[in-house]
Amino acid sequence: MRVKSAFKDMDIARLIIAAFFVFLCIAAVALRLNISELISSSLTQMGMWGVLVLAMLPAIVSGTGPNFGVSLGIVCGLLGGLTALELAYRMEGVVAFPPGALFLVAILFSLPFALLVGIGYGWLLNRVKGSEMMIATYVGFSIVSIMKLAWVFLPFKNPEMAWPIGRGVRVQIALANRGLAQILNNFLAFRIGDVVVPTGLLLAVALAAFLMWLFLRSQTGMAMATAGSNPRFAEASGIVVDHQRIIGTVLSTVLGAVGILVYSQSYGFLQLYEAPMFMPFVAVAAILIGGASVKKATITHVIIGTVLFLGIQVVAVPVANAFTADWSSMGEISRKIIQNGVILYALTQAGGE
Amino acid sequence: MAVEPILRMKGISKSYYGTKVLDSINLSIMPGEVHGIVGENGAGKSTLMNILFGMSVIHSTGGFEGSIEIAGQPVEIKSPLQAMSLGIGMVHQEFMLLPNYSVAENIKLNREVLKPNFISRIFGPKLQSLDYDQMYADSRKALERLNIGIDEYALIAGLPVGHMQFTEIARELDKQNLRILVFDEPTAVLGESEADHLLQAIKEIAASGIAVLFITHRLNEIIEVCDNITVLRDGRHVTTKAKQDTNVIELAELMVGRSMSFATRQRQSSHQGRPIMEIKNLSVDMPGERVRGVNLTVYEGEILGIGGLAGQGKIGIANGIMGLFPTSGEVKVSGASLELNNPSASIAAGLAFMSEDRRGVGLLLDSSIELNIASGAMFGTGRFVKTWGPFSQVDQAAIRENAEKYIADLDIRCTGPKQHVRQLSGGNQQKVCIARALTMNPKILLVSEPTRGIDVGAKQLVLDTLRRLNAELGMTIVVTSSELAELRSICTRIAIITDGRVAGILRPDDSDVNFGLLMAGQPIDKGA
Repeated sequence: MRVKSAFKDMDIARLIIAAFFVFLCIAAVALRLNISELISSSLTQMGMWGVLVLAMLPAIVSGTGPNFGVSLGIVCGLLGGLTALELAYRMEGVVAFPPGALFLVAILFSLPFALLVGIGYGWLLNRVKGSEMMIATYVGFSIVSIMKLAWVFLPFKNPEMAWPIGRGVRVQIALANRGLAQILNNFLAFRIGDVVVPTGLLLAVALAAFLMWLFLRSQTGMAMATAGSNPRFAEASGIVVDHQRIIGTVLSTVLGAVGILVYSQSYGFLQLYEAPMFMPFVAVAAILIGGASVKKATITHVIIGTVLFLGIQVVAVPVANAFTADWSSMGEISRKIIQNGVILYALTQAGGE
Repeated sequence: MAVEPILRMKGISKSYYGTKVLDSINLSIMPGEVHGIVGENGAGKSTLMNILFGMSVIHSTGGFEGSIEIAGQPVEIKSPLQAMSLGIGMVHQEFMLLPNYSVAENIKLNREVLKPNFISRIFGPKLQSLDYDQMYADSRKALERLNIGIDEYALIAGLPVGHMQFTEIARELDKQNLRILVFDEPTAVLGESEADHLLQAIKEIAASGIAVLFITHRLNEIIEVCDNITVLRDGRHVTTKAKQDTNVIELAELMVGRSMSFATRQRQSSHQGRPIMEIKNLSVDMPGERVRGVNLTVYEGEILGIGGLAGQGKIGIANGIMGLFPTSGEVKVSGASLELNNPSASIAAGLAFMSEDRRGVGLLLDSSIELNIASGAMFGTGRFVKTWGPFSQVDQAAIRENAEKYIADLDIRCTGPKQHVRQLSGGNQQKVCIARALTMNPKILLVSEPTRGIDVGAKQLVLDTLRRLNAELGMTIVVTSSELAELRSICTRIAIITDGRVAGILRPDDSDVNFGLLMAGQPIDKGA
């Protein structure tokens, strides 16, 4: 029933996108593409992005709008991952971390970074009320650029991460060596025919979503949502709006950090330097496609958006390739059009009540 | 009579969406006459001026009935531009000045004196230069007519408000065809000596043959400068009197009148409870409703009314006590000092507030009725929340039960507790606000403009509810309202706020004269 009402919330733009997804699926069947592989890879992509899309929710609910600056959280997550790998290297011969424990250590290490950065970022967003999205976008771009320097100068010694010559860490760091690659995906994974279900990955996303759902029903969560939906009402109810916005920003940043680790383990590599630059836009587009606006979002929007947008992303490429054999970037182009088009559409709707 | 009236408005009527706001107003002004218009908020003063000025709000809502003649010629004024070309000028309440331009540039704005130059001779008059010398000279002349020492070269940005007001007037005077000049509450922002100066200037302007329409609620000013005075009340023309035939007391009485549909509350046997809230020297920096040192005591079990004209500060009092605007002074609730500028402290002290801005501050429009009702208590006192150590979850069942109780008690018309508040009518939204305040179980209920924007039937219902709460539960209520009739129908005492201070405290059955005098900022003459 909840899903039904969420579909009712969808306006014309979202219906077009949903229709496009259905069209792509029909086309995929008609073109005799490998459906099992498409489904497997859709499930994996949805799981990879799920937590990052979820990171948009506390930001929107607390009133700061979709977190275009979630790259801050992503960078914290990467930092946590690198620190964990470094720890594993330094402790070699002393403690051997099982891969599962190491993954948890990576998350644990990323949390203090995300917490501190989130507080500072929240403080900044409180000073620029009204133009949070614009500021967030440029904060995101800036931090990615600053971290390009940091990746070169941070004192990591682990040879798996370092450039063979010179200093600094590599662009991509393989996780397979320490057994971290696909550690969630393979947990309890099973097959139905040729379809592989990455159970652990999906469970991780579901757990994060469930915790968020619980939080939104707590006193603090309610206060945060109230501050986001009507700040003046919230003030009059004794809620300190700025604190709530900081809580929302910290949660978003923390989810960004956890999200990138979930993403990276499935991908098999930690991607540094340029990689986090445009990741926020995927997450923003996904939640908006799910029916959220820049002012209102629910967990249902996160789920629908993740399924729709990443489903399109996976299915569009082979379908487009089958149509235009010699123009292989067609799938990527259509994804970009949808992604940026949806963000643009949502921004034009932002002012209207 | 040899001289024709410069302006004659005949049988002017105007309705907004079926509500009559002006009913057959007649007005005629001679050249050189100062004509005062007085009336409470909502009496129809601004609507009348909007008609005279051809404002689009009039025409987009179906126009008006009646006719306007200027110097004997019937005219149809369709736009402010046309009004200006007919020689009607207006000095606005809010300044329409560009802060980074000089006084002279503002005076000449869009009417700049031009002189041809080399380029304009080739490319046409659009590219002519400004003739600054002439502009400064003209401005000087206009300012001198006001007899005020403003430097025409100064930037507006640094000027005191009084000088901005004079710049506005000079701009109108500089228009060569000016025949009628309207002042809309010109002294509202001025200090006393500036106001005196302005009144002097008005007299001189009139002496030069220009007709002046002077709108104010300060009755002593009206008496001082006007030749004739028209009183409006509830959109009707009460009377027009020559100055020598009337006085401040009579005007006050005419302005307030007794046209109320509500029965005035009878004087109660004077059982006064203990003081429950003491307000000392309260100042609140609320834009447009500044409070400048209010002293007031609220007694347990009473309904205290706070009345007064718009902009005098009555709205600021409750907002200040609730910590919503920067506040200083001292407030004691049941003897304990209240921490100011902290909404949580006010809520914890047992105060609940129903805001005058119902849709902006009072409600979460896109949330359910049940959440709106519960939210105040939930955030204020942690009711409806189950906690386990640092973890908490809201108690949906208790929220639902509470909402259903109030929906039945207050007769809130809705499809159910899950309905969004935005879809309710104004009256039912107000009932949700009442339910929300009651759920907080307050010691004192502060209510601002409880009947604003709701229809007549619902008004009575809301007022009855407040009265019932007071009678049955003994709840102390402080009601702020612009509608004096409303206050007089439910309150035990009514404090009138003028210029940010308590002008006086009256009984609901005190005479109209006293209410009118206090609202106009006049001391009550004990003999009257």
